[in-house]
This record gives sequence, structure tokens and C-alpha cells, in this order.
Amino acid sequence: MSTTLILIARRLGIALLTLLLVSAVVFTISSLLPGDAAEETLGQSATPEAVAALRHQLGLDQPAPVRYANWLGGLVTGDPGQSMSSNLPVSEVVGDRLPNSLLLAAMTAAVAIPLALLIGILSAVYRGSRLDRSLNIFTLSMVAVPEFLIATIAVLIFAVKLQWLPSITMVPEEATWGEFLRAYAMPVMTLCFVVMAQMARMTRAAVIDQLTQPYVEMAILKGVRPTRVVLTHVLPNAIAPIVNAIALSLSHLLGGAIIVETIFNYPGIASLMVNAVTSRDMPLLQACAMIFCGAYLLLVLIADVVAIIANPRLRSQ
Amino acid sequence: MTDIAALPPKKVHRRWRAPLPLSGMIGLALVIFWLFIALFGPLLAPYEVGAFVAPDVFQPISSDHLLGSDYLGRDVLSRLLYGARYTVGLALAAAVLASVTGTSLALFAAVSGRWIDEAMSRFMDALISIPSKIFALVMVAAFGSSLTLLLLIAWFTYIPGAYRIARSLAVNLNALEYVQVARARGEGRRYIALAEILPNMIHPMLADFGLRFMFIVLLLSSMSFLGLGVQPPQADLGSLVRENVSGLGDGAPAILVPALAIATLTVGVNLLIDSLPRRGGRNAGEG
Repeated sequence: MSTTLILIARRLGIALLTLLLVSAVVFTISSLLPGDAAEETLGQSATPEAVAALRHQLGLDQPAPVRYANWLGGLVTGDPGQSMSSNLPVSEVVGDRLPNSLLLAAMTAAVAIPLALLIGILSAVYRGSRLDRSLNIFTLSMVAVPEFLIATIAVLIFAVKLQWLPSITMVPEEATWGEFLRAYAMPVMTLCFVVMAQMARMTRAAVIDQLTQPYVEMAILKGVRPTRVVLTHVLPNAIAPIVNAIALSLSHLLGGAIIVETIFNYPGIASLMVNAVTSRDMPLLQACAMIFCGAYLLLVLIADVVAIIANPRLRSQ
Repeated sequence: MTDIAALPPKKVHRRWRAPLPLSGMIGLALVIFWLFIALFGPLLAPYEVGAFVAPDVFQPISSDHLLGSDYLGRDVLSRLLYGARYTVGLALAAAVLASVTGTSLALFAAVSGRWIDEAMSRFMDALISIPSKIFALVMVAAFGSSLTLLLLIAWFTYIPGAYRIARSLAVNLNALEYVQVARARGEGRRYIALAEILPNMIHPMLADFGLRFMFIVLLLSSMSFLGLGVQPPQADLGSLVRENVSGLGDGAPAILVPALAIATLTVGVNLLIDSLPRRGGRNAGEG
């Protein structure tokens, strides 16, 4: 068991190191910007003295490594600085939006993961059949279709032609379940299309990989029913690549929701980041970028840990 | 081993020329179509790209304007024919650069010592964990959008992926006997990388190149759709979707057609790649 812990600790260490590297990249790129927060706040008519004074006050006159250390320290202690465009602490601005994004991501995951697993397993079990081939073409096309096409077609059909669903996602404070579901139906559907395909394809590949193993043939020969073969023999062995695929797809739900949030006017964190880009609000932008990369690394880490725990061979190595 | 040896060698060569399945033919046709449009589109355009020619905005399909008019009363077909050039051209250039850079670095890593290989692979793993759209957004915020910057972003974003695939192929090939024989013969590293390993990884890398091209098209279109990609007056397919988003309520062809154009391009590439025979990987186990 201790080797498992060592393996997990090593993965954790690698993830933290990567996060550090990512923070350095994000900081470096954003400090390449011409002009800084002091010039931005005071505007063009400011005297050089006033700019210098504010720069000193904000700590911008210190060398880059010191500023990087300060910023990193702030991030770790939960204070990523002041948003330039709204003059609020970044943590407050992000805290407003993050729950919305997480809710959307959670609802999408709840729909997409079971569906993707079902598609993947079905097409693996019936591989080569007409069902498999049509599912294959379907998932292939889904990977390649831009999400704004799915979103615009969905709006055209459900909001404009049929008028079943609202084209803008606004959830009032006290919504009934029906209103809630109606509001979220289209963004969740669009995101599902985007993330399902990859998961389904990887599941199919992983399950087929196991189905061709001798032990499965053995199980079939000894008369185990097909459902049981898949559920108790194949899935436990295919879990590692499947969890990996799920993690990769889910990581798309926070940052990749940019398009969906823009189209449906949804107040999530990705559209916050786009606003930060257009208003060049660097502290906010840095914080958002770190959240997305952190979420990605966390998901990959979880997938790695699950893979280690699920695989006895990896454990004993 | 024995059944592989028993196969007539001709058959191995034939596999690439084997007739494509129907989905592959459709994919190939779509890809050729879009390459043609990107090359010759502007010659075919019925109107000037920026000319206000239609009497009204968001007109439906008519004989004067085959794909209707856009939010300013310009001809959608003409704008599409010009816009395809930016999407296909930028993505093609970026995909070629990313694949070539990734493959070269991977070859270098494979024939160099263990430490160089390890260091480069770790570094690439760290880079790969930065989501492409986030990186693109930070870069655009810092430098402002331009065609050169978009090209650079797409290039750098997709190097780590190409490197990863190429390295795993190269390391496997590097361990094969014929490479060891070449090494024992006293061939230099450059010769081994370029003359022994590279020719044997070309086909999988071509398939990977296609995938990368598709992802770059999607990335660039998304950026343009957010208004952070190709800037007006230039317009790629993603910008065309963005410009005409207000026509969504009317179901105007001005918004649907460019979105469909991107989809046919990327789906075509994907269908084509998927039907190419390749060893192992995604197609393993297919009967």
C-alpha cells in the first residue's frame, strides 16, 4: 500500500510543479504588456510623478521576480489582487461567477458522462455493426463541429421556431425546477455535444481493447452473460483510460464553456475572462487563467490517482 | 510474428492505395473542395468583398445573392469565398509549422541522451497542460490580435501535442533492430534520425497533422467568434459567424452558412483521417 502512496505523492508533486511553471508563464506573458496598472488607472493626462507615486504604492516599481513572488504569495493566501476594470478585489469578482460555472459544468457532467459511457460501451460490444458505424460517424462529426454551430442551430430550433426554451440563460433567485431545467437545457445540451464525443470514442477504444483479451473469451466460453462480462470483467480493467478521458473532457467544461457562455449570455467565469481580455484587466485575467489551469491539473491528477488505485499491477511496481 | 512474415510485401504497400470507405471519400471530397475554395475563392466571388450590394440586410437566398446578404447588406457568398482563405491558410500554415517543429524536436530527443529526452518531455508535458484557448486569450490580451500573433499562438499551442506523438513513435522505432544495426555501422545521429527513423513515422504523423489542422481551425474560428481573432476589415469564417449573430433570430443564412462551412471543413478532415489505415491507436480492434 505504501508504494501506492508514494506514487500518488509523486503525481501530486509533479502537478504542483507544473502549476508553478504555468504561473510563471502566465505572469511572464502578462508582464510583457506595454503599460501597467498605474498608467491604466490614471489615464493619459497623468503627470509622470503621479504615475511613479501610484506605481510605488502598488509595488510595481519592484523588480519582476519580487512582483512575481508577491503575486504568487497573494494567490496562495487567497488574495490575487485588485480587478482594474471594476475596482473590486479579484477574489470577489471571481467568487460571484465561479459557482455559476461549476453548476453548469456539474449539470453537463451529470448528463454527458452516463450518455458517453453508454454510447462507448454499446459501440464496443456491437463493433463493426451498423449501429457502431453510425455512432462512429456521429461522434466523429461531433468532435469536429464548432460549438457555436450547435448552439446557433439549437437556438434556431428551440427558441426561434418552436419557442420552447429561452435563448438567454437567466435563472431567477427562486426558480421552480421546471424553470430551472428550461433555462439550462440549451447550454447543457450544447456542452454535452462538445464533450461527449471524445469520452465515447475513448471508452469504445478502451472497452474493445479489453474485449479482445483472452480472459474475456474465457468468461464468454464459461457461459457468463454479455452484460455481466462487460460490467464485472471488462469495465474494471478499462477504468483507467476511461477516467482519463472523462477528466480531459471535463477540464473542457470550465474554460471551454467560453463560447456557450457568450451565446447564451450566461454569467460564468469564462465570459469573465473574455471581458478581462477586452478590458486588459491583467490581475483578473491572471486569476482566471490560474483557475482554469489548476482545474485541469486537478482533474488529471484525480484521473491518475484513480488509475493507480484501480490497477493492481501499477500498485505493486 | 509468423503471419506478418507470411504476408506478401506488396500488400503492405497497397494498403494506402486501397479504396477509401464511403465516409473517407466524402471527407476527401470536402477537403479538396475547401482547398480549392481557399486557393481560387476570390476569383469566383460574384461581388467585391466589402461592397454593399444588397437592398436589405439579412436577405434570404435569392438568385442575385446565392447565400443571401449579411448584417450590412453585403453578399454572403463573396465574403465566404474570401474568408475561407484566412481560415484554411492560417490553419494550414500553423499546422505545418507545429508538426514540423514537434517532429524535429522529437527526433532530436529520441536520438539524444536520456537527460535531454527527459528534460524536453517534462517541459512539453507542462506546456500541454495550458489549455489552448486560455493561452490564446492571455496572448491576445497582452499583444492585441493580429494575423501574425494568431499564427504564432496556434503554432506554439500545438507543438507539444505533435512532439508527444512523434516522440513515442520515434522512441519505439529507435529501439528496433534496423536502427541498432545502423548505429553499429557507425552512422551519425543526424543520419539515423532523418534517414532511418523519420521515413517510418511519416504516415502516422500525417494523420496527426490532419487532426492538428482541424483543432487549429476550431481554435481560430472560436477566437474570431469571440471577436479576438482575425480583426476587421479582414474576416475569416469565424468572424463571419460573429458579425451576423444578430441575424440568428431571423434564421438568416448569413449566420448559418459560415458556421456550416467551418463544420464541413473540420468534419471532412476528421472523416478522411479516420478512414486512413493506421497501426494500433484508435482503430485497434476494428474488424
